[in-house]
Amino acid sequence: MKDLFRGELVRFTLEEPETAAKAELRWTHDTELHRLLDGDPAQLFSEKKIREWIEKQSADSSMPERYSFSVRTLAEDQYIGFLGLWVDLIHSEAWVGLGIGEREFWSKGYGTDMMKLCLQYVFTELCLERLSLGVHAYNPRAIRSYEKCGFRLEGRTRGDVLREGRRTDSLWMGILRAEWMQMQNGDRT
Amino acid sequence: MFDIQTQLFESQDVRFAPIDHEKDPEVEARWTHDSEFMRMIDTVPARPMSAALIRKQYEKLEKQVEEDKNLYHFMIRLKADDRLIGKAMIHRIEWTNGNGFIRLGIGMATDQRKGYGTQALRMLLRFAFAELNLYRVSASVPEYNEGAIALLQKFGFVQEVCRRKSLERDGRRWDLYFFGLLNDEWRNQPQAALPKSIGTVVSGVTPQRHEVEG
Repeated sequence: MKDLFRGELVRFTLEEPETAAKAELRWTHDTELHRLLDGDPAQLFSEKKIREWIEKQSADSSMPERYSFSVRTLAEDQYIGFLGLWVDLIHSEAWVGLGIGEREFWSKGYGTDMMKLCLQYVFTELCLERLSLGVHAYNPRAIRSYEKCGFRLEGRTRGDVLREGRRTDSLWMGILRAEWMQMQNGDRT
Repeated sequence: MFDIQTQLFESQDVRFAPIDHEKDPEVEARWTHDSEFMRMIDTVPARPMSAALIRKQYEKLEKQVEEDKNLYHFMIRLKADDRLIGKAMIHRIEWTNGNGFIRLGIGMATDQRKGYGTQALRMLLRFAFAELNLYRVSASVPEYNEGAIALLQKFGFVQEVCRRKSLERDGRRWDLYFFGLLNDEWRNQPQAALPKSIGTVVSGVTPQRHEVEG
């Protein structure tokens, strides 16, 4: 059987709350990272508060709606980021969000490798029909990576985010189980 | 001149009102026993609810309105007999981005196709754009809810996103659409205007109801 938690560059783990809180505290100071990830205002939180959220998240992870992973590189075994899934079992769909907190690992294929692992997990372990995501129009690096993984652009909500006094679109992307399966078959032949 | 005279919560036949905790739960409970209605307005599994359960939901909703500050909720009542016929809300408001999602439902089939939904949506959009000053509003609608799609298009909503096969109902998969309307687009189309003679308070007196073209 395939190793669900091991890609070509990264592996999925779950860091201890203390380790994760220390890293995330550092990452929240990177406002460019925040603005790539989210549409809400950047904010700073105490290590205590962050650890409480992480602990609550771990408690939630016994539920079938929420899956969180920490991400480590294979080469250095360095903890560089995270990936989360929000699952709707009724309609057999999940939403994914991911980030690389350690900037020296941007633009080197780590994000794409994380997403490939995620797709394998969503379609062969959670056995869902669809994976969805939203991304800011000003994040072309992420958009290219998602396209490479097989996501299709399904539309854009016009001007729904206001950053630095400018209106920008959110892009919505999705991949269906059948599309992912076809890509896997394509790889083999 | 500022138009502060136009009443935001009054239309020809319907008005917006707060929850009536005594009378509304039984009316809304009856709507939930109609699975077709439930599937039109929501993607969560339809299930029949008791008045007691609806009463609890109202309390939760009012608490959320008070604490979260990103939600406005209205009951739609018929002016003629004060009967509850539907609900409207703006929720998931992001104040820094000036956006939010709208929801609207007319509960009974017998109250549908009478222009009540149109009147309620006109009020809801005016509230969103001229009172909350939002830059845009969104609505998410399953492809099978043709009535809602026609209503949104009448008000100039643009289909922005097609989330392919993201719902499963009756053994097949359906697309879910996101519609969007910008403040400028709303301002520049005739559906936006509340009829001038309706709901305008002159010397503290609400004038008689007029027949107005839809």
